[in-house]
Amino acid sequence: MSDAAIDPRSLRAPPKRPIRLSWSDERVRAIVWQALVVGIIGFIVWWLWSNTAHNLEVRRIATGFGFLGREAGLPIAEHVIDYSPTDTYFRALLVGFLNTLKVAVIGILLATILGTLIGIARLSRNWLLAKLAAVYVEVIRDLPLLLQLLFWYAILQGLPGPRQAIHPAAGVYLSNRGLKLPWIEWQDAHSYALLTFLVGTLFTWLYRRAAVAQQMQDGQPRKVWPVALGLMLALPIAVWWAAGAPWAVDWPELRGFNFRGGLTVSPEYFALLLGLVLYTAGFIAEIVRAGILAVPQGQWEAAQALGLHAGQVLRQIVLPQALRVIVPPMTSQYLNITKNSSLAVAIGYQDIVSIANTTLNQTGQAIEGIAIIMLVYLSISLSISLFMNWYNARIALVER
Amino acid sequence: MSDITLNAATAAPEAAPRTPPASQIGLLAWVRANLFSGWLSTLVTLALAYLILRWVVGFVEWGIINAVWSVPNSQTQACRDMKGIGACWAVVTEKHRFILFGTYPYEEHWRPALCILLFIGLYIVSAMRRFWRSGLAFLWAGVLAVIGVLMWGGVLGLPYVPQERWGGLVITLILATFGLAFAFPLAILVALGRRSKLPAIKAICVLYVELIRGVPLISLLFMASVMFPLFLPEGMNIDKLLRAQIAIILFAGAYLAEVVRGGLQALPKGQYEAADALGLNYWQKTGFIILPQALRLVIPPLVNTFIGFFKDTSLVLIIGIFDLLTAGKTAIIEPAWQGFGIEVYITVGAIYFVFCFAMSKYSQGLEAELNRHRRR
Repeated sequence: MSDAAIDPRSLRAPPKRPIRLSWSDERVRAIVWQALVVGIIGFIVWWLWSNTAHNLEVRRIATGFGFLGREAGLPIAEHVIDYSPTDTYFRALLVGFLNTLKVAVIGILLATILGTLIGIARLSRNWLLAKLAAVYVEVIRDLPLLLQLLFWYAILQGLPGPRQAIHPAAGVYLSNRGLKLPWIEWQDAHSYALLTFLVGTLFTWLYRRAAVAQQMQDGQPRKVWPVALGLMLALPIAVWWAAGAPWAVDWPELRGFNFRGGLTVSPEYFALLLGLVLYTAGFIAEIVRAGILAVPQGQWEAAQALGLHAGQVLRQIVLPQALRVIVPPMTSQYLNITKNSSLAVAIGYQDIVSIANTTLNQTGQAIEGIAIIMLVYLSISLSISLFMNWYNARIALVER
Repeated sequence: MSDITLNAATAAPEAAPRTPPASQIGLLAWVRANLFSGWLSTLVTLALAYLILRWVVGFVEWGIINAVWSVPNSQTQACRDMKGIGACWAVVTEKHRFILFGTYPYEEHWRPALCILLFIGLYIVSAMRRFWRSGLAFLWAGVLAVIGVLMWGGVLGLPYVPQERWGGLVITLILATFGLAFAFPLAILVALGRRSKLPAIKAICVLYVELIRGVPLISLLFMASVMFPLFLPEGMNIDKLLRAQIAIILFAGAYLAEVVRGGLQALPKGQYEAADALGLNYWQKTGFIILPQALRLVIPPLVNTFIGFFKDTSLVLIIGIFDLLTAGKTAIIEPAWQGFGIEVYITVGAIYFVFCFAMSKYSQGLEAELNRHRRR
């Protein structure tokens, strides 16, 4: 009786032995090895640390982040928030951080769109299109990004001056001062409309969820697009209309030697964005292509046999399966765009690296400056990783 | 049963195999199927053909027909006149020595040139599978030592050339090759450490890999150029190139370690258990059983990482080290040659492209070859 009560698995586990102080005991070896490695690394760190402390003392460099409150006195050409050279270093670094985000977020969006298009083009049945996409991917991936950035920057700088600006459409000017676009004069009505649009998107999403849940109950598909059209397009327009329908476009105009008004995309930002997007799109295209190829041919055929039309097959059968293959490597591409945006320093776009570099040159606070750069990138990388892991878990195959 | 006999009885006398109709085979059918299969496809083909043709014609006009190939003693007026209409390859003819060798003494240029050839020879030999044996490591050590002697000189009647005067393509190759030679062993150790059962070692390796992979290479290079002098005791100093080299090794080590770890994880558990059952200790097991198989699994992604890493050496431009790209950028600082960046960057890009494209084609070929046993 008592024998049957013993869990049979516990019989297989080796009996616990007391640790013997002998080299032949695996656990003793493990502890000794670890102590040795930790000791050596600890010693190196301590040695570097004490050297650093000594050097700082000799050179009379004060450590600490006190310099962040001092006046920066460094001009920044592009800033999302208000900034003037009399502001503090902290604010200058914040402006740099926002500039990094500005290029990274827009870069990620555009590179995803372009990369997906090129990836699909490589699978096209049209030979010319497929070959062209293949050549693009091969060439763009085999050239250093920094070289591409310098190349685009050289091209943009080689453009004619504002007086002879390239003028492809009304209000669009491309010159060595950058790209000029017309822009609406922002008023409250536009903010309200934008807000309505965001709320409408949220409600459309909720409606879609409800519609899918209902379909699960009774099998009847429900159309989502009329609701989406109403909530996301008609309603914001109605709100804008009700607020007086203000519509004043700020056209860029040539005054003297430069343009006034309109939206400016500086050559530095333009070259950086162009380089990052074109470069990363080459990598994303390969990821998308591999993802689509990973879906077995039988899935396409089975879906067609069920009577789904091409769009439905792609949207409901192929893409959800391809995404599982696509998302993990896509995450590292997004991280790469963010990290590669630090190359901005080479063409003079003032991102966080550029501003931190100027700061450490002005103040001599090398350690703090580099710590700030690393901290910023680590936190951006971690945020993107966390978000993409969450998304990946959401779309992952739920297995039994 | 009767169907078969019936069919056989009534079958026509054996006819010669007929060729398919002309619309099914041949160039015309291929063109129709692959270029003009529908109205959308036709539209795309025509639009693309028009754009490609226009671009090619424009490029040939700019790059060949209207190009200026050489100018007498830096008189760039001929180039300035053709600005925007024709390329000024004269900048490349004039500055090619500078772009390839930097400020290395002019009469000693054969030394870096020979080094470049040695590097290329080393790559070709390493790429051949028949040389994949332990002797290759000695070959690497030998060739790298010869390159060091050639570059520095000071012995065998070669005049001494200080490191500050090295530059151009040879620096790019040095950074990439030495970086690889040191980062690879480091990566293997870190990958093994990350899979180790010893918690302290595992924690150190995870921390190292994640920290390095979370920050851009530029921040490591800045660290090497401005913080490194603070780390060392007073009076001790190592030169800028070596500091950048260390940063690149640490950076590449973290990325390569992740690739190697992928190979270690892909290896079936039975291999580890069988090695244990044979009574091999940890290093025997790793050296004889695990690594040979795991590394073979990850050769294609390793080559892809090398390509990325070869391109990334160009980032040393930002801390002012004279590699190929920096040499190209510096060549056009001179007022006479200002504004001809595009021509120089195309040339420098072509050099990078040749190296990366060769590696990428090699990796694809190798992948196909290594996977041959899996295909049925």
